[in-house]
Amino acid sequence: MMRHLISAADLTRDDAVLILDTAEEMARVADRPIKKLPTLRGRTICNLFFEDSTRTRISFEAAEKRLSADVINFAAKGSSVSKGESLKDTAQTLEAMGVDAVVIRHGASGAPYRLATSGWIDAPVINAGDGTHQHPTQALLDAFTMRRRLVGRDAGLGQDLAGKRITLVGDVLHSRVARSNVDLLHTLGAEVTLVAPPTLVPVGVETWPCEVSYDIDRVLPKSDAVMMLRVQRERMNAAFFPTEREYSRRYGLDGDRMAKMPEHAIVMHPGPMVRGMEITAEVADSDRCTVIEQVANGVSIRMAVLYLLLGGNDSAATAPSTTRTEESK
Amino acid sequence: MSKILIRGAQVLGGEVQDVLIDGETIAEVGTGLSAEGATVIEAQGQVLLPGLVDLHTHLREPGREDSETVLTGTRAAASGGYTAVFAMANTHPVADTAGVVEQVWRLGKESGYCDVQPIGAVTVGLEGKKLAELGAMHDSAAGVTVFSDDGKCVDDAVIMRRALEYVKAFGGVVAQHAQEPRLTEGAQMNEGIVSAELGLGGWPAVAEESIIARDVLLAEHVGSRVHICHLSTAGSVEIVRWAKSRGIDVTAEVTPHHLLLTDELVRSYNPVYKVNPPLRTEKDVLALREALADGTIDIVATDHAPHPHEDKDCEWAAAAMGMVGLETALSVVQQTMVETGLLDWAGVADRMSFAPARIGRATGHGRPVSAGEPANLTLVDPAYRGVVDPADFASRSRNTPYEGRELPGRVTHTILRGRATVVDGKLA
Repeated sequence: MMRHLISAADLTRDDAVLILDTAEEMARVADRPIKKLPTLRGRTICNLFFEDSTRTRISFEAAEKRLSADVINFAAKGSSVSKGESLKDTAQTLEAMGVDAVVIRHGASGAPYRLATSGWIDAPVINAGDGTHQHPTQALLDAFTMRRRLVGRDAGLGQDLAGKRITLVGDVLHSRVARSNVDLLHTLGAEVTLVAPPTLVPVGVETWPCEVSYDIDRVLPKSDAVMMLRVQRERMNAAFFPTEREYSRRYGLDGDRMAKMPEHAIVMHPGPMVRGMEITAEVADSDRCTVIEQVANGVSIRMAVLYLLLGGNDSAATAPSTTRTEESK
Repeated sequence: MSKILIRGAQVLGGEVQDVLIDGETIAEVGTGLSAEGATVIEAQGQVLLPGLVDLHTHLREPGREDSETVLTGTRAAASGGYTAVFAMANTHPVADTAGVVEQVWRLGKESGYCDVQPIGAVTVGLEGKKLAELGAMHDSAAGVTVFSDDGKCVDDAVIMRRALEYVKAFGGVVAQHAQEPRLTEGAQMNEGIVSAELGLGGWPAVAEESIIARDVLLAEHVGSRVHICHLSTAGSVEIVRWAKSRGIDVTAEVTPHHLLLTDELVRSYNPVYKVNPPLRTEKDVLALREALADGTIDIVATDHAPHPHEDKDCEWAAAAMGMVGLETALSVVQQTMVETGLLDWAGVADRMSFAPARIGRATGHGRPVSAGEPANLTLVDPAYRGVVDPADFASRSRNTPYEGRELPGRVTHTILRGRATVVDGKLA
C-alpha cells in the first residue's frame, strides 16, 4: 500500500480491490456483538477538520474507534487563515503531540497533498475531502456499495466493476465526489457518464475518462447505478441555472424517471440530500436507493483504509510503504 | 569617477570591441583601445548589452518592507543586469499621489544601484472609480509617465477611456492589467484541463483577451497609446497582432515565467507557481515566444513580485500570487529565446532595454553602445551554466519558481552611469 491516501487517481486497480475486499472483512466486525478490533491499539489518529462535516467526521471516528485507535478531533471552523494559525503550524503542533496519522478535511483543493508532500510532518495523511478536488474514501465506499449490489457480497470478492455503467448527475463542477468517482470507477473498469447542465461541467472535462451528457432521460435506461449529486441552492444566484424548479425538472430524479432505469439499477447519493431538488422523497425512500447503506459501508471502507495504511500492530508483516503518491502526481 | 575599459566584448552579441568609459559616459568604442588609467574588465567571450530596463517591478516599499524595499529590490535589479526599473503603484499606501511617487523616487536615488522610475496609479486607491491626480504625479520630481493599477484591472470602460485620453496631454501611457474581474472571481489558476482535474477555480484566457480587445479599440477611438502588462495567452497575441496591423498604438510585455513555465507545474499544488496572470499552457508559451521574436510583443518585463516565506509556505488557496524575477530574467530569456534561435542578442537588447526605455520614456536608458552615450551597460557570460539557489538572491524574498533548475548565462558586470554596481557577478 501507499503511505498516504490523497487522490482516488493514485490507486491502482489492485490497490482498490484490496481495499474493497478488506472492507468486506471489516464489515463482518459490525455484525459481532462487540464491534471492535485491537488492530490500532496505542495509535493516535487526529481528525483535522477545517470544514464543517458531520457524517464524514463521525464515520472516520467510528472506524478509528472500532480499530481501537485513540482519537483526537480537531475542528477548526472556517479556514486556517481566518484563525490566524497556518495549516503548517496546526499540523506540526498535532504531530508534536504524537499523532500517528492525520485525517484531513479542508476547504482548499490540494491542502492534504501539501500536508503530505511539503515536509511539514511525517505522519500518513488521509484526505477526507479537499475543496472541489478529491474525496477518495467517498469514492471507495461508493464502489464498495456498487460492487455489493451489482456483483454480489461474496461473488464480488477479488472483483472490480468491469463493464458496469455508472451515471453521475448534478453539480460536477464543484464536486470532489464526482472527480474521485470518475477516477476510481475508471480504474475499476466501469463506464462512467456525467450528466449536468453545461454550466456545471468544468472546462477541461474532455480529458476525463468518461462521457458527458446534458440529457438525463437518454442516459437513465442505460445505467446500472445512478448517483445523484447534491446541488447547492446558492448556485442558482450565480446563474448556473435559472431557477431551482427548472433544475429539478430537467436534472432531478423523480419516480417517473426512476421507472426508466433497468430493474436491477440502484440510486445512490453521497448525502446530504436536498429532497425536492435533485431527488424526490419517493426516490430517496425507495428500496432502490442505497443512501443508508452507503453510510454504513463508509465505516467499513475507512476501517480498511486505516488498517492498510497504518499496518496495525504487526506492521513488519505488511509490504514496505512506497512513495507512489508523490511520484504519480 | 575613473575610467573603465571593457576589453574584447561582443557588443550586442556581434563585433568584438573594446569600450572605454570615462566618468558617466562611453568615451570610445573600438579595437585596441588604451587601458591607461582605466580599470580593465576582461570580457572575452562575453556579450555587452545596454543596461536592462524593467517596465514592471514591485518594490513593495512603502508598506511591505518585509518582502522587499527599494534598496533590496534595486540590488536585485543590479544583480540581474538592470540599470532602471519602473516601480509599480500597488504599495501601501498606493502610489496615487505626488507625495508617494516622490518618496519612491527619492528612495531610488538614495539606493544607488539602479534608477527607479515610479509608476503612478490610474485610479485613487486602485479602486477603479476615480482618476488619481495623474498630472500632479507627472509634474512631480518623479516625473511619472507610466500609469497602472496593476494587480487590478481598470475594468470600467469609461474610466479607462478617460485615462487613455487624459495622459495624452503629457505623453503618458496607461499600462493595463487585463483581467475581467467578474470572469475571474475565485480564480486560482489557468482554466483548462489541469484546473478541471485539480478542482481549482479557473482563470479563463477570455478574461484577459476581452479586456485587451476592448482597450485596443478604445485606444484607437481616442488616438492614445496603451500598454498591455504581462500578456499571457495565444489569443491575446492574436488581438495585439491585429491591433498593430490596424495601426493602433499598442505595446505589450511578456514575463520570463510565461515564456518558460506551464500550468502543468500546478499539479504540485506548490504555491511558488501561483501567479497572476496564471501560468498557461504549452501552446500559449510557444505563441508568446513567437510573438516576442516577431515584435508583436515589444518587451520582456519581470513582474518581479516578492512575497514573504509564510505567504507561500501554505495551501494553494491561501497563498499570495507572484514570483520574484529580476535576478533570473535574462537567463530565462537566454534559454527560451536565444538558445532556441528565436532572438539574437541584439534582439534581446531591444526587448529588454531599448524598447522598454522607449515605452516608459526613461531618459538615459536603452541607448546604443556608442561614444557619447550614458554608460549604462550590462555584461553577460552566456556560456555559464548554474543551478538557481534562492539563497544567493539579493532580493529580500525567495519566491522563485526556478529553485534547483539549471539556467544558462550570468550577469558578470552591471554599470550604472560609469559606476560598477556588479563586479564579477557580485554586488559592488
